[in-house]
Amino acid sequence: MKKVVFWGTRGSLPIALTADAVRHKVMAALTAANGRRFASRSELADFVDGLPFATAGTFGGHSSCVEIVTGGPEHIICDMGSGARPLAQAKLAAYGAARPQVYHVFISHLHWDHLMGFPFFLPMYIPGNRIVIHGCHDRLEEAMRLQMRAPCFPVDYSQAGATIEYHAMTPGQPHAVAGLTVTPHRQLHAGDSYGYRFAGQGRCVVYSTDSEHKLEDNGERQGFIEFFQAADLVVFDAMYSLAEAVSVKADWGHSSNVVGVELCQAAGARRLALFHHEPVNDDEQLGRLLDETRRFEAITREGRAPLEIISAYDGLVVDL
Amino acid sequence: MEDQRVTLLPVRVVGGVTVAAARGRLDHLTAGALGAALAPLLAGCKAGSPALLLDLSAVDYMSSLGLRTLVVASRQAAAQGGRFAVAGMQPLVAEIFAIARLNLVMPCYVDVDGACAQLA
Repeated sequence: MKKVVFWGTRGSLPIALTADAVRHKVMAALTAANGRRFASRSELADFVDGLPFATAGTFGGHSSCVEIVTGGPEHIICDMGSGARPLAQAKLAAYGAARPQVYHVFISHLHWDHLMGFPFFLPMYIPGNRIVIHGCHDRLEEAMRLQMRAPCFPVDYSQAGATIEYHAMTPGQPHAVAGLTVTPHRQLHAGDSYGYRFAGQGRCVVYSTDSEHKLEDNGERQGFIEFFQAADLVVFDAMYSLAEAVSVKADWGHSSNVVGVELCQAAGARRLALFHHEPVNDDEQLGRLLDETRRFEAITREGRAPLEIISAYDGLVVDL
Repeated sequence: MEDQRVTLLPVRVVGGVTVAAARGRLDHLTAGALGAALAPLLAGCKAGSPALLLDLSAVDYMSSLGLRTLVVASRQAAAQGGRFAVAGMQPLVAEIFAIARLNLVMPCYVDVDGACAQLA
C-alpha cells in the first residue's frame, strides 16, 4: 500500500461552505496580510500556505469515501458516500472509458451517507468495468439497489453497464483481495457496522467509522486494540466529544477523538486520522479539535512512541 | 481486572455539602472501583439532600473510562433531582476535562472551599 486518499470525510450528511463562511475566510486572510504587498505569485502562495488550514482551506463536505492506493492494477475504496463522485471523475480522467478497471468497494454499513455516491460513481455505467462490493451485511445488494429505485433516483440500477458482483465477508476472518489481506471487524452502530483492516506490502491501514465504543466493556476495548494493532494509519470516527458520546449522544453510534487516541496508543498505531466530522462543526472548530487532540496525545503519552494525529479532509493524500 | 490504585477517602461534610475525595489514577483499571465507591453516595444524592462534591485534587490522571464514570454519576444525580460536582482538578486533569468537554456537562470548581460556598 502506497497511500490513502480521502474523497469524503464528513459524517451523516454532505455539507457545503456557505457564502458567509467564505467571506469569513477572506477577511481572516486579509487581516493576516495586514496590508502587506507581494512581489510575486510564489511569494503570495507562500503566504497563503502559511495561513491556518481553517483560513486557507476547508475540511470539505462530502460524506465517507476513502481510497487505498496499492500501486497494483485494482482499486480499493472504502464506502460510497458522496465523495465517490469526485473519485469517479478522477478515475475517468486517469483511465477514460476505454480502459476497463476493477474496483473493490468495502461497505462499512448500509446507511445512506455511506451509499449515496454509488449512483454517481460513473465507472458503474461503463461496460467492461468490474465492481466488486464487499461487506458483511446480508442486505448489502438490496440496499445498493434500493436507492436507485423510482421515485428516489432517475436511473435504475439495471442500467449499470459494468459487471457488479457482491462478496459476503465474515467478521474476524481474513480475506485475500487484490493482493491484500482484509479483515472485517464488527462495530457498534444501528444495524451494525464493520471496520476493515487492510494489510499487505509491509503496511497496515484500518478503516473504522460509524463505531461507538462502550468504554465499560473491556472485552470490546481489547478487541479494538487488537484490530488497530501496530497500524500505520487508523481512520477513526471522531464525530463527537467524549462528553457527548457518553451522555446525550450515547447509543447514537459514534465515537470521540479522546477514545481514538487511547485505542491507538494502546495498540501502538503510528498515525490516527480523525474522520466522519460532525456536520455542524465548521473549519475553525475542526482545527481546534485537531490541536486539542494532539495536545491530549502529548499529555497522555507516558513514555510511548508519539502517535501522529491528523484530521482528514476532502482531498487529503496520506503517504504510508 | 480492577485494582485499587484509586482511593475514595473518607467522606466529610463541609458547609452542608457532602465531600468525597478521590486519589490516584482514574483509568480503565480503577474506574470501576471508583464507581462502586461512589454508588452509595449517589444513591442519597436526591432533591432536597446535600450536594455531592468529588474532590479531585489528588487525582493525577484520568482516562476516558474515568471521565465516563463521572458523567454517569452526574447524570444519575441529576435524574434523582440531586446535585453533583467536581472540584480541585490538577492542571493536567483539568486540561483532559476540557478536551473531553466534560466541563460543559457538569459543574467544575477550582477548589473545594469555593465549591462548597456555591453549593451550600
